[in-house]
Amino acid sequence: MSTTTAPTMFGPRSGLLARANPVVKLLGALLITLVIVLSADPVTNGVALAGQLVLLAGVGLGPWRLLTRLWPVVLAALVSGWGTAMLSDAGGPVLLHLGWITITTGSLGAGAAIALRGLAIALPGITVLLTTDPTDLADGLAQTLGLPARFVLAALAAMRLVEVMITEWSVLAAARRARGAGGGRGPWGVLVEFGGQAFTLLVQSLRRATRLAMTMEARGFGAGPRTWARTPHYGRVDVLVGVAVVAIAAGALAVSLALGTHRFIWQ
Amino acid sequence: MTPRADPAPTGVAVGLENFGWHYPGRQDPSLTGISTTIAPGERVLLLGPSGAGKSTLLQALAGVEQDPDGQSGSGRVTVDGVDPRDARGVVGFMHQDPETQVILSRVGDDVAFGLENLAVPREQIWPRVRQALDRVDLQLPLEHPTTALSGGQKQRLALAGVMAMRPRLLLLDEPTASVDHDGARQLCAAVAGAVRADGITMVVVEHRVALWEPVVERVIVLDDHGRVAFDGPTRQTLHDARELLQEQGTWVPGWVPTTRPPARTGAGPAGPETSPRDHAGAPDPAGSTPGAGEVLLSARGLAVSRVQPPRRAIARRRRRALRAWRHGEPLPEAGPDAQLRPVAAGIDLDVRAGRALAVTGVNGAGKSTLALTLAGLLVPAEGSVRAAEALAAGAAPDPSLWDGGELVSRVGTVFQHPEHQFLRPTVREELEFGPRQLRRRAGRSSARTRGGTPSEADDAARVADLLRRLRLADLADANPFTLSGGQKRRLSVATVLAAAPRVLILDEPTFGQDARTWRELVDLLVAELDRGTAVVAVTHDRDLIAALEAEELRLGT
Amino acid sequence: MTQVRNTSAGTSQGRGTRRNSWRVVDIVVAAVLAAVCAVIFWMWSNLLYPLVSASAVAYPPSGGLVAGGWLVAGTLGALIIRRPGAALFCELLAAVLEGFLGTHFGWTVVISGLIQGLGVELVFLLTRYRRFGLLTATVAGAVSGLFLAVGENLMYNYEWATDQKLVYAVFTTLSGAVIAGALMWFVMRALQATGVLGALASGAARRR
Repeated sequence: MSTTTAPTMFGPRSGLLARANPVVKLLGALLITLVIVLSADPVTNGVALAGQLVLLAGVGLGPWRLLTRLWPVVLAALVSGWGTAMLSDAGGPVLLHLGWITITTGSLGAGAAIALRGLAIALPGITVLLTTDPTDLADGLAQTLGLPARFVLAALAAMRLVEVMITEWSVLAAARRARGAGGGRGPWGVLVEFGGQAFTLLVQSLRRATRLAMTMEARGFGAGPRTWARTPHYGRVDVLVGVAVVAIAAGALAVSLALGTHRFIWQ
Repeated sequence: MTPRADPAPTGVAVGLENFGWHYPGRQDPSLTGISTTIAPGERVLLLGPSGAGKSTLLQALAGVEQDPDGQSGSGRVTVDGVDPRDARGVVGFMHQDPETQVILSRVGDDVAFGLENLAVPREQIWPRVRQALDRVDLQLPLEHPTTALSGGQKQRLALAGVMAMRPRLLLLDEPTASVDHDGARQLCAAVAGAVRADGITMVVVEHRVALWEPVVERVIVLDDHGRVAFDGPTRQTLHDARELLQEQGTWVPGWVPTTRPPARTGAGPAGPETSPRDHAGAPDPAGSTPGAGEVLLSARGLAVSRVQPPRRAIARRRRRALRAWRHGEPLPEAGPDAQLRPVAAGIDLDVRAGRALAVTGVNGAGKSTLALTLAGLLVPAEGSVRAAEALAAGAAPDPSLWDGGELVSRVGTVFQHPEHQFLRPTVREELEFGPRQLRRRAGRSSARTRGGTPSEADDAARVADLLRRLRLADLADANPFTLSGGQKRRLSVATVLAAAPRVLILDEPTFGQDARTWRELVDLLVAELDRGTAVVAVTHDRDLIAALEAEELRLGT
Repeated sequence: MTQVRNTSAGTSQGRGTRRNSWRVVDIVVAAVLAAVCAVIFWMWSNLLYPLVSASAVAYPPSGGLVAGGWLVAGTLGALIIRRPGAALFCELLAAVLEGFLGTHFGWTVVISGLIQGLGVELVFLLTRYRRFGLLTATVAGAVSGLFLAVGENLMYNYEWATDQKLVYAVFTTLSGAVIAGALMWFVMRALQATGVLGALASGAARRR
């Protein structure tokens, strides 16, 4: 056991973005993500990233606070940038030659662009995560976007159990150690013990799932048309957020098109 | 469902005509030929041995039974004259697991969930939510997170969710089985208030009869074959069926199964009258049997916490301590660490061979945390846990430094939830796991077990003996996860005993168990005490403490 | 009126055509299954993190060898729930939750989850949701792995040389076949033995 506590899937919520409607934020995040995913050039992605950072700083999440909380994201982006630099066949003068690793100015540029893009892609997801309540998001998905309510609500109920599962994981580790499990040596032993622990968690969770289904069914879930106790509301904040998001997405494209650098991923 | 403005008596009639239930793949039916009617507003306690299909009956009445192939049921069930599945909202149903009766993450939303599903207009939902929360005496803000609730509060929240739907039949399947005593009483009071006020028909399944006796007016007792054995007014039926109920393991009021007291050879100082703090490290006055009363494990100035240092810090601590120990230096004690937020502190205790120690206290006092720390599964936040040489037998004197193999032969820990400790696909392999582990270690290193390394034949004999003593012999090839609650509990104790540890630590071993399993557990623990095993039990169960003649350590006072 | 209870259990929806309609228990189990797969995947990445990042730095396509861990929800969902769309729903939800727990993927997880879930779904669709054997599971895992590679190569690895993309695809297909395919079939069998699937199409015991 260790201090591996549940990650704050949904962090403390305050500020302008927290008051915006989840559907607006989600669609906005998807729009920005789409622009970045489809664009390969560093200018588009750089402008999109910069725009997001400005927006976040505007609502009180400065770059420094982001960095201290999200360093794994930065690390992952750097690793994927390195991978690309290694494997890209972009030419240019050789900068480094180490065994099978050859890095040229061209591949380094490609790698840097990938790292930048990785950050720019991760940011919208994190922003929504940090500022959104899952229940409100589910309300929006079902009521505004018209996704099937039974599936959305079941997913919401399952999400609540994630925390329970993470707690149970550490209890399981101790309970199995008390039986002398995990005595196997080496990586194979670790894998076998991981598998056993995961299997027990699976059994417990499926048991829980059937009981939860019974509870939900007994409360009339899935029987027919339903009403909603909460209504998603849309206000001035949402217009503001929507405009900002569209400005970021369109701005990124406009800048790179104006500079003639824009490139789709398949180009 | 149109909401009724009139809260006057609204109970419905329940009819069962030759109702039976047979799960596919099972030898015997769970329920056979049940025919009875329950009048509107009647309150019924349904009793019977575990596995007699009580839960199945309630689920069928609620229309939520999970019928794998659609052919399990026979006969006819009606609620208010119609099939329960066509009577959504008429029937309210609660089961025993608090964690899966909470659906959403905010208190208000959770209560509103059922109303939304019944398509109650929005403007009526929130007043009904508040009313329902008031009714179960759960005064919390609607935004309160449901994860922050205790087990008892979660059950009352579930009751509020059910009552908000204004059911006319309330079905309760062991609603208090996972709740402590106070929580159970509060829940019971909330139910009683609600059903009496509205004249709701109620059927409750529960093996703690005393709790519900004042609430119900009729008792139905099922036999082993899922047939009605007794049916009548509460007092009369409980009197007539008393013998059968005791046999079935129902906790009838004013009765505790008789068990053999521990032999208590070796006149150690441990008695109910001495506090464990009184004899800090004092040597034991000679006992008549060698070993009995001897201190095996002791804690000094111990503070315990669920919050543990990072894995790497624990590994570093372990390496450092083991190095010190090999060089004959004293083991470092844990210093006060504010980051670890201890739940209990300043604990001094001794665990003695052949003696039982009961750790009691209110919820959240740190009882389970203390047990896990004594068992070497958590590192102390402050102070020390030390194993005497008689227990350590060549290993380092601090249980938290032992690896899994060293641990099982010295301290056996039985967790509250048996399934957490299952490792193998059959009952027999489960029991063989510990001994096999030890043998493999013995082959690998010079680690010793009590009385040398047991041979394979010894292990087989011990496993066979445990199977027989715990009535699991017929189930030797069954998958542990398929056992009943009582069988799982017995198996989880047996798996730990199979490795013959000298200290046995149990977390709420009798919690939610029927009287039959209770008696078997106590017999088993008494036998272990007589063999010189030390028993530490975290428990609320006064009867268990008395039966084991345990010394009591009360936390949080 | 002796045998009125001969219809299927569950919801009113469950009463008509049984095979292809989702009952409440199917939906809830699928959702919880996705959640637990996400949690296990998260633990698995924590466990393998040093190894995976080291190998990713040394030779990036080798990351494809553990990619199957990401795909387990799809095949397991299909094998356990046995309803059309189960693979897609489980994989999509698991991918979103894995994205939340890991946080460095962003909303592209929605696209990834859809692509990979589609791979599994296609294979079971071709059997018309009638075959749930080891072979079908392995093929489903492999196709899911292949789809993963196609998606990743398009979205992230587009700068890689073509032969490296191919190596990556071979790795993920293999990994998908073994970890998300064959292994999940054995997991499903082990789950059947525990009785927890009793209420589901995959767990129904035969009547004697």
